Amino acid sequence: MSEQTLFKVTVDNITIEVPAGTTILQAARKIGGAVAPPAMCYYSKLEGSGGKCRTCLVEVSKGSEKDPRPMPKLVASCRTTVMDGMEVKNITSEKVIDARAGIVEFLLLNHPLDCPICDQAGECHLQDLSFEHGKSSTRYEFQRRTFKKHDLGKHIQLHMTRCILCYRCVFTADQLTNKREHGILDRGDHAEIATHIEKSLDNEFIGNVIDVCPVGALTDKTFRFKNRVWFLKPMDAHRNCPTCSGRVTLWNRGDEVFRVTARKDEWGEIEDTPEGKPGWICNTCRFEKKHTNDWIIEGPREISRHSVIAQGHYAGNIGTTKPTETFKAVNDGRAPHLLMDIHNESEVNLPSVRLSEIEGPSHGNTFKNKSKNA
Amino acid sequence: MGVKLLLEKANVPGIRTYDVYRREGGYAAAEKALKEMSIESIVEEVKKSGLRGRGGAGFPAGMKWSFIAKPEGVPRHLVCNADESEPGTFKDRYLMEFLPHLLIEGLLISSYALGSNDTYIYIRGEYAWVADILEEAIVEATKNGWLGKNILGTGFDCMIHVHRGAGAYICGEETALIESLEGKRGNPRIKPPFPAIQGLWMRPTVVNNVETLAAVVPIIKMGGEEYAKIGVGRSTGTKLISACGNINKPGVYEIDMTISVEDFIYSDEYCGGIANGKKLKACIPGGSSVPILPANLLLKTAKGETRYMNYESLSEGGFATGSMMGSGGFIILDEDQCIVKNTLTLARFYRHESCGQCSPCREGTGWMEKILQKIELGKGESSDIDLLWDIQRKIEGNTICPLGDAAAWPVAAAIRHFRDEFEWHINNRELSQTSNFGLQHYADPIHVPA
Repeated sequence: MSEQTLFKVTVDNITIEVPAGTTILQAARKIGGAVAPPAMCYYSKLEGSGGKCRTCLVEVSKGSEKDPRPMPKLVASCRTTVMDGMEVKNITSEKVIDARAGIVEFLLLNHPLDCPICDQAGECHLQDLSFEHGKSSTRYEFQRRTFKKHDLGKHIQLHMTRCILCYRCVFTADQLTNKREHGILDRGDHAEIATHIEKSLDNEFIGNVIDVCPVGALTDKTFRFKNRVWFLKPMDAHRNCPTCSGRVTLWNRGDEVFRVTARKDEWGEIEDTPEGKPGWICNTCRFEKKHTNDWIIEGPREISRHSVIAQGHYAGNIGTTKPTETFKAVNDGRAPHLLMDIHNESEVNLPSVRLSEIEGPSHGNTFKNKSKNA
Repeated sequence: MGVKLLLEKANVPGIRTYDVYRREGGYAAAEKALKEMSIESIVEEVKKSGLRGRGGAGFPAGMKWSFIAKPEGVPRHLVCNADESEPGTFKDRYLMEFLPHLLIEGLLISSYALGSNDTYIYIRGEYAWVADILEEAIVEATKNGWLGKNILGTGFDCMIHVHRGAGAYICGEETALIESLEGKRGNPRIKPPFPAIQGLWMRPTVVNNVETLAAVVPIIKMGGEEYAKIGVGRSTGTKLISACGNINKPGVYEIDMTISVEDFIYSDEYCGGIANGKKLKACIPGGSSVPILPANLLLKTAKGETRYMNYESLSEGGFATGSMMGSGGFIILDEDQCIVKNTLTLARFYRHESCGQCSPCREGTGWMEKILQKIELGKGESSDIDLLWDIQRKIEGNTICPLGDAAAWPVAAAIRHFRDEFEWHINNRELSQTSNFGLQHYADPIHVPA
């Protein structure tokens, strides 16, 4: 390691030394926990991303050791580099908390809040953000803007209504593929992600736009409406792929592979491969290798215990064991009307039905005509 | 009569052509600058003149020039911002339309001072005929040896390119302008890095307003110190004001910044008073983005002093009781104008022109427009005023570029100074659809929300 200049930076009264050129956000992420500002548009693996969503705004109460003047405005921590002796206030600043609540309100203004039917629910950054920093209700009383759904080829669906215009997918296409075929059309609140005149996105690495999308605007058509992420058990796996690193997370239920994604770190970003390159995966790995025997399974993926995904691992072949006590016994004698085990009670969740093998989304009929699918 | 430096020859017949312009003493400053002066001394003269950017922010031009990075072997660029899209501002159009050679002379001197061999004029697409005039003037200047290779035998090459925008207000923001000039979507860049370090094609770039660059000509002609003697305090030189609204004589006026606002509105030399014998209600003194001022605060500051048409005096009292010089779009509203409707018009404009890149501006501008529309249609509720105030507060200062601020300030100022009119609209829903609040609020103390 060559000698690097280290800058001392204090975020929320915690001091840390980081190399010169680090952004405030990266320094705060090094400290970790609640000190790290949320980021909806910034993606460290994508060059040029960030600065747009404004959720990572922080107050700089002391510019640097040389120039201790505070910065007049809140700054986007993802695009502001640290100076030696800089003091930053994130959750200790009322201004920041107030501004952030405002940003969350703005982001949710035109968001459909269709979480109950959205495939991103459970791993949605906007859900986390509004839960942590937002208000419980909106003051918006007008019609929300809506868009038609677009199919971007065989595997990806664009649901523009949910989009928060973070531009991550645009940067992904710019930096991973030879030719970007989608972008932003129009401007202002009617701006939309689109291909010019509906066309399909056809590139071996375009599937990664699904992974970078912080909301449910870009979804995997092989997974749409097949399952909720919290019923799935994430497993690290790899295969010898000629085009990509082949290091993925499989989302299983039982021995069924419901979807394949790249491995994501605690900030929701693609993990690096051991060689130190971002572990983007190709479309073949993502959309076509949907059998456990396509993969060499490494073991269960660790999920933060705060995540809803960690709460409800489906009790199938892999996973937690069912408690033997009745609900009544563990619930101080209260009858379990509302706590019934939906997976055992529900008609629309038969373990014998292999959802991942159905063409298109599942319907009530899928479960009624058992003979067809079982 | 005030001093005229820019528009002195504007009425000479045929001044648009090179021959007449040259006969009237044109290109003498360029000759002086290129033949007799060093690059440093030109920058020094501009610094001494105290010339402030005429585009709106009022940043000292000489200082901006001295920030430009000068790495070895990297070309530098000067870009002239002629994307004049601010509602109420049309001074640059006048200047370019009638005195195209003045701008080219200014550009030539500035390009020489900054070392820009390729200089761009980014003109808004709607000024199609002005772009044609400029292109013609460039051809004439090139023919006569003022542009092209080895100008005046100094070894300095300079070419001016006219680039037409496609009708986006946001492309008047310097980094959005640069993006657009590069052929990309006109989204403002995140600063830093500033254009002076990494601008057009990542090369050091200076972006200046048309009027600023034209003002370089009289500065070189008369010397920076002489120029600084005109005007008052830090507002040196002359400023073009495009007066419009309910006045008798709308148009572009050159003022020397020592005139009082009252004189400017009522004297026959300038606006000639309010049209149709009506009374002055309010004024937006610097283009649509700056805070609106009610008549009593426009003519006199909160301290009771006379307000003058210059940078310091117009911003006296901060945003609580003052406004800004801005780009010089002087919009007068008479007693028949409705502040709610006026604010709605501005909010609609900013909603339409927001680039949609950062969330507060993209979502907030649309929200403000909808609420104002509701109030204007007589469906407002009293909580809406506080909501508007809260929205503008959350947009202001939290966006990438100043468009967010520009969208928030008019709404904030309208509520700050005319809250009673908003309340009247909400409390008298039917009446407000047929009649006007007029000048009633001047009897009441003006409420200033926290």
